[in-house]
Formats: sequence, C-alpha cells, structure tokens
Amino acid sequence: MTPSVTRREVLRAGGSLVVAFSVRAGLPAFATQAPEAIKPVALDQVDSFLAIGADGTVAVYSGKVDLGTGVRTALTQIVADELDVPFEKITITQGDTLLTPDQGITWGSLSIQVGGMQIRQAAATARAALISEAGKQMGVDRTELLTSDGAVRAKGGDRHISYADLLQGKSFELKVDKDAPLKDPTTYQVVGKAVPRLDIPGKVTGQFTYMHDYRVPGMVHARVIRPIALGAQLISFDDSSARRLPGYLKAVRQGNFLAVVAENEWTAIKAVQSVRANWTPWDGLPEKTKLWEHVRSTKITHDDVLQNVGNASAAAQTTSRKLAATYDFAIHTHGSIGPSCAIAQWQDNKLTCWTASQQTHLLRQQLATMFGIPPEDVRALYVDGSGCYGRNGHEDAAGDAALLAKVIGRPVRVQWSRADEHGWDPKGPPTLIDYRGALDETGNVVAWESEAYIVDAPKTFAVPLIAAQLADLPPAAAAFPGNIHQGLAIPYTFPNIKATAHRLVDTPFRPSWIRTPGRMQNTFGNESFIDELASAAKVDPLEFRTRNLSDKRGLELLERLRSVAVWQARERHDDSGEIAHGRGVSYTHYELVRTYVGVVCDLEVNRKTGKIRVTRFTVVHDCGQIINPDGLRNQIEGNVIQTVSRTLIEELQFDRSAVTSLNWASYPIIRFPEVPEVVIELIDRPKEKPWGAGEPTASVVPSAISNAVFDAIGVRLRSVPFTPEKVMKSFPPPV
Amino acid sequence: MAHRLTLEVNGTRTTVSIDDPQMPLLYVLRDDLQLHGPRFGCGLGQCGACTVHVNGKAARSCIYPSAQAVGKKILTLEGLGTPSAPHPLQLAFIQEQAVQCGYCINGMIMQGKALLDQNHHPNEEDIKQALANNLCRCGTHLRIVRAIRRASEMA
Repeated sequence: MTPSVTRREVLRAGGSLVVAFSVRAGLPAFATQAPEAIKPVALDQVDSFLAIGADGTVAVYSGKVDLGTGVRTALTQIVADELDVPFEKITITQGDTLLTPDQGITWGSLSIQVGGMQIRQAAATARAALISEAGKQMGVDRTELLTSDGAVRAKGGDRHISYADLLQGKSFELKVDKDAPLKDPTTYQVVGKAVPRLDIPGKVTGQFTYMHDYRVPGMVHARVIRPIALGAQLISFDDSSARRLPGYLKAVRQGNFLAVVAENEWTAIKAVQSVRANWTPWDGLPEKTKLWEHVRSTKITHDDVLQNVGNASAAAQTTSRKLAATYDFAIHTHGSIGPSCAIAQWQDNKLTCWTASQQTHLLRQQLATMFGIPPEDVRALYVDGSGCYGRNGHEDAAGDAALLAKVIGRPVRVQWSRADEHGWDPKGPPTLIDYRGALDETGNVVAWESEAYIVDAPKTFAVPLIAAQLADLPPAAAAFPGNIHQGLAIPYTFPNIKATAHRLVDTPFRPSWIRTPGRMQNTFGNESFIDELASAAKVDPLEFRTRNLSDKRGLELLERLRSVAVWQARERHDDSGEIAHGRGVSYTHYELVRTYVGVVCDLEVNRKTGKIRVTRFTVVHDCGQIINPDGLRNQIEGNVIQTVSRTLIEELQFDRSAVTSLNWASYPIIRFPEVPEVVIELIDRPKEKPWGAGEPTASVVPSAISNAVFDAIGVRLRSVPFTPEKVMKSFPPPV
Repeated sequence: MAHRLTLEVNGTRTTVSIDDPQMPLLYVLRDDLQLHGPRFGCGLGQCGACTVHVNGKAARSCIYPSAQAVGKKILTLEGLGTPSAPHPLQLAFIQEQAVQCGYCINGMIMQGKALLDQNHHPNEEDIKQALANNLCRCGTHLRIVRAIRRASEMA
C-alpha cells in the first residue's frame, strides 16, 4: 500500500485509461500502452480484481462474464458485502484480456463458486489492509475498528476514515491473502437478498448494448459463406453479380474460407445469395439412422475408469436377477436466439476483438496462434451476447472477423446468419451408455456397471476456430468437448460399482460443451437405470434412492422433496384412458462434490398420439450459500424449461454431407404453451460455501421425465429426444 | 441508386436513404436509426426477436420490406419507455425480473403489447397462445407470462 512514485504515476495514468476503455464507442488505446502499464491481471494480486477510486467508487475486474445468468449482479453483491461498500458505488468490468484476470472459461457452474470466491478473497484482503492502514493513521488498535459504507470506523464513536482517503487513488500492491478473514456470513447485508439485476432495465428498454449492437468507426460488414458439406473443398467462386450491389467491397477467400464484405449489412446479406461457389462433394458423415451403430463402432483410444468400488463384474455372477439397458442422447445445438457476432480490428499488427465469448482469455491464445503473433498483441473484450449455454459460435465469429479485418485493413463486423449458427456452431456430441445391474433375492443392488461411449478429450480446452480450420491456419484441428465424463460416477452406496468411459477417437461433428455437458447425458442414464432397478426390486423409487444413500445432506434434500412434492409411494398408475398421468423422481449430487438437486416431474402422456406434456417440475435445490435467491430461481427455471425442450423435442438433423436442421422449423425448441409449471424450494446454507447453479438442475430433468413416463404408461424411454414416434413405438405389441 | 424513404418511427418523422427499398425494416431501424430494441434473430420471421408494431399491429421487422412501412406508424421498444420512465410492460418485466440473456425480450414485450391492446385482461392461457411464436432459449417463459399478467393488472 506504499507504492513508489513512479508506480503511482503509472497507475494514475492507468486509471484514466481504464475510464477511457469503458466508453463503448471508443477505440482501444492499446497500441500505445503495454498491458502491464495499465493494471495487473495476475490471479494473486488484489489490484487485479479491485480498484478504489478517489471518489470512493469501486471497480471490480472479473474474468468470468455474465452470459445472461445474472452474475454481474451477484458478483457486485459479493464485493459490496465483503468490502463493505455501497452496492451502487461498484462497477464491474468483465472478460477484457487487458484488464481482467484470467479466471478460466465461464463454464461449469463456476462463476460464483470459483470466480466469485477469488474476488471475495481479494476483497477480504483489501478490507483487512484498509483496517490496518486506518489503525496506523488513527492510532487505534485494529480490533477496535470496523468497516461500513466504504469507510473504516472506530467502534462506538464518530471517528472514521473513508477508503478513498486511505488510498488516495493508489493501488493496493498486495498479494491476495488466502487466509484473510471473511466476514461472518450472518452479517451480510446484500448477499442472500433478491437484489434486482443491474442489466434488466437497459435490456427491456433497448438501451443495453449487446455485441450485436456494438459499432466501431470505419467498420464494414461481413457474412461468411460456409462449405456446402463439412469437408468440402472450395474449387472456385464467382462474385461478379455481387459486385453490382451498392456498397459491395469484395469477396475474401483463403483456402476454404469464403466471405463477403460490404459497407452495409444488407448488401453483405444479399451478396451471400449472389455469389456462386463451387465446392467438391463430401459425404463423410454417418447415416443418421445408423448413428448409434457408428458410435459403437468408432475406435476406442483408451478407457477411463471413473468409479471402481468392490468388484462389479464378479459380484454380478453371484445372482440371477440381472438387468441391462442402453441409453442414448441425441446431438444438440446450442440454439442461441442471436446468431454469433464479433468485431475485429488490426492496428500496427495488433488485434483487438470485441466478442461475446465465454472465454476471452482462451480466445486470445487461439487468435494469437492463428495469426502467429504473441498473445500480448491480442486484446479480446467481452460484450454481452445472446445466451450461449456453452461454447457456441461466438469464438468462431471472432476468428472470422479477425481473418477478414486483416485482409480488408478496416474493422470488420461478422454477423452469422441463422443457418450459420444452426449449421456451424459446435455440437454436443452423441452419447451412448450401456448399463448392467444385479439384485440379490431381497432386492438389494449387488452390482452396478456403466460403460459410456464418448469422444476423447485432448489436453487443450480449445474448440478449434472454424476460420483457422477452413483457411488452414494453425493450429491443427483438435477438439475438446468439455467435461462429458463427469457425472458417470454415482452417489449411491452399492457394494460393487464400476463406471467406465470408452474414449472414442472421433465424433461426427466438431464437439463442444452445451449446458451440463456429460452430466446431463450421464445422469439421464444413471437416474433412469436406478429407477429400473427400483422397479425390479419393487421398491418406491424415492425410497430406493434414500435406502442407498449415506450422505446426510442428500438425504435431507430428498426428505424435503418428498414433502414439497407430496410424494406418495404407490402402485404404478393403471389409468387406461387416452391421457395417462405419471410422476418421476431424480436426484444428483453434482459431480459428487457440490450442488444437490432433487426433482419430481409430473406429466401426461397421450396414448393415441404419443405426445408427452410435462405439467410440473418440483425442484429442491441446495447449492450452499445463496448469493441472490431470485437470480438462483431464474437459473433453475431456465434449467428446467430448456432441458424439457432438449429432452422432448431436440435432435440435430443431418445428411451424409452437412447439418440439415438450419432453422427453427427444422430444429424446433419448446414454445410457451408447452412450458411446465416450476415449483422451487431453495435450501439456503449461509455458512457454507456457495456452489454453482447454472447446470445441476438440468442434469436431472431427462431422467425425471423418463421415469414419469414409465409411471404413466409402463414403458421406458431410453433415447433422447422422447418424440411421439418413439413413445408410440415403445408400446409393447398387443398380446 | 439510393431511395429516400420517409418513415414515422416512435412518433417522429425521419428520412433515410437506402439502396434497396426491399431491405427489411429491421436494418433501417438498427443500422440507420440506431434503434437496437428490435433484434436480429433469424431473418426468417420464425423467432420474433425483431418484433415492432406497424400501425398498432405486431410485425416481424426482419422480413418486412422498408418501402411498405412508408406512411405507417412504426413503434419500437424504445418508443415505449426508458429506464427512468418505463412503460407499464417494461416496468412489469423489471419487477418480475423476467430476463435472462434478454435477447428475445424485445419480441416478448412488443408481442405482449399487441395482446394487451386487444385483450386488457388476458389469462395465462391467452398469454401463452399469444406468445406461441416467440422463442426464448434461456427458459424465461414463466416470468414473461407473469410480467404480462402483471402489466395487465396495472392498466
């Protein structure tokens, strides 16, 4: 807290630069400033996360970004309490590689659990340092001081000194102290409250700036022209008719990368229609009707044993009561309502990219590699986008824009079309899981075995950029589909368990993570097959779960669920009318180490049409300390509704060459009349760590639906999506 | 060859110069008039993110030719209200916190307004039917329905 004069001057200069950057229309002053001159971004520095201005305003720098989940508000709440500053005095900068620390990708329900806790610890360190400094200046022992409203105060008196006066515009110059004391959670004023989200007034009045609204002076508009088949080569193209369009600039080709650039957006759109491109044929995709045979016959690179308790295969030999089933989960698209968009600008061989990426720091690395420049010469700035639910096309649009801006020599905005988004965002890979279970004479599970067939995970997190692939720029293709092995291990206390992931060498489409990657597919299989075992054992499915759990927090949650959902053990419904009613239960202890969720699904199945109507989801949720209960409810509702859509409706359509579900007619999602009621019970544990909530509820939705369908009509649906056709086919033939 | 079109947007007459009178209204609003309420979602009239009102009726501006809007009253999200003086619908969306990413919300509010203009006291089913062709990916549907009901109760 006693920086050298030079350092102080640098930081003051930096402070004004920071203000300049926050003006959205401004150009980056990047070319003239080395990043380290502006502010630190290292994860171990308080200054990387926090700055207190001379006017008492607090700037928070977060590497995690708000993807429409409300973390901008939640992170502000965390700082307001831990630093004891007014909520209104806090501003937050997110996902700017020059200004914010690299806190990892905004994924995996970790923005609060990891990102927020890093910021909380930085705030606690800052607060302790401010108290020490105030003690020295006031001549008061630190134990006689407290903090509130942006100031350190002597207990039982009026004497105080504001943070702004203590710091006088200086930075902290402190390492984050992992042992800096956190405040007593019972004293939190803002955390735990349903603080209204900061972004909503702007979003409902058209004042909010999304990536799609962002403009840079001198900017031109581009649209990409993708190959007609995934592996097609561009032979030639003819843009002579496009050249007659007013404002048309040019077509840019690099290898198989093709795009058109124009002064205005509409001309770029029309130019796409008028360019004639000649591609080689390619038909390397598997036949869709044989997708699962394809997955099963794909070469296995190695096995990951994800859980191994006792000796499952030997134990299974000891009984004759055995069950086996195979579960599969279709390929899904992210389906952002706003197709991906980005702007890139080159100045002095340095690249600035405005992007809605969930991973600006990783994107910076990818762009640097693509163009063979040092990462320091790339700045990626997050601007809120349309919800992405994982790694969708935002990063690819950034790659497109960067490539085009380099060729054109002007800032380029790339806006994907609906077909670009549906056709070319990376996909959630297909998942196939075989289960075997064995019961003893009394209905106890003696063995559980699962074997998943899922694509391998190379060491890099990055999903390759389309532009780099098509233009044959580095690096070579590698694919990372996300944590798709997670969730295969089960929380139950069976004496013999083996969960194995067969890692496949390849998967038909460029894979990435879509909300709840792996945990959705694996929990679907696990929690449906548990239901099969319960049914075979003739035990109520909720009772069956609690019998086989020892985790007290999980048991408490399931008891709450029993009461909130008014769950009653009963014989399966045998209503033979046209509409059959069913209830199903499902449970997760997410990745076996964090958030607990239990759900009950109520639904109707139309026996004549096979149509499933989910009427209600009852959710009991324990993610430890709740930062913002309304934000949490909003996330849980979204988890349920989006996953009901994925479970009942969604499935990528493709032929041997390319994706054919290129719009909302061919890849439909849930509509208002089909949305179920969602009843939520939150278990708040203010003294516990906060865990994530962006995904866990989604993981239990498909199995709860499958189990409810079984309750309604007595058949097991083991293949997502549960279309009416599959329901009709599932009925046993009449005797 | 530029075409000059005079449009009445949010109560103000304005003249724009565009190359193609068939250019959808969305691009005039967003690119020429910097009105970012209406959003590009599909360009096919499927999702509703671009919804505006033309002569009091909800229209998909991504497929509405600009030339056809001449002489008609165009209303966008910006024409309803501002953060400091929101329209009852906008206020209801704030009160219900009926937003996740918010990209679809323009369409929800504009379609919701079209409903409330016709039916001052819709029930939940009326609202769901009225919004059946507006897509939301985040799963904010329940809050959106509640917000529209709340707005109807304010009137």
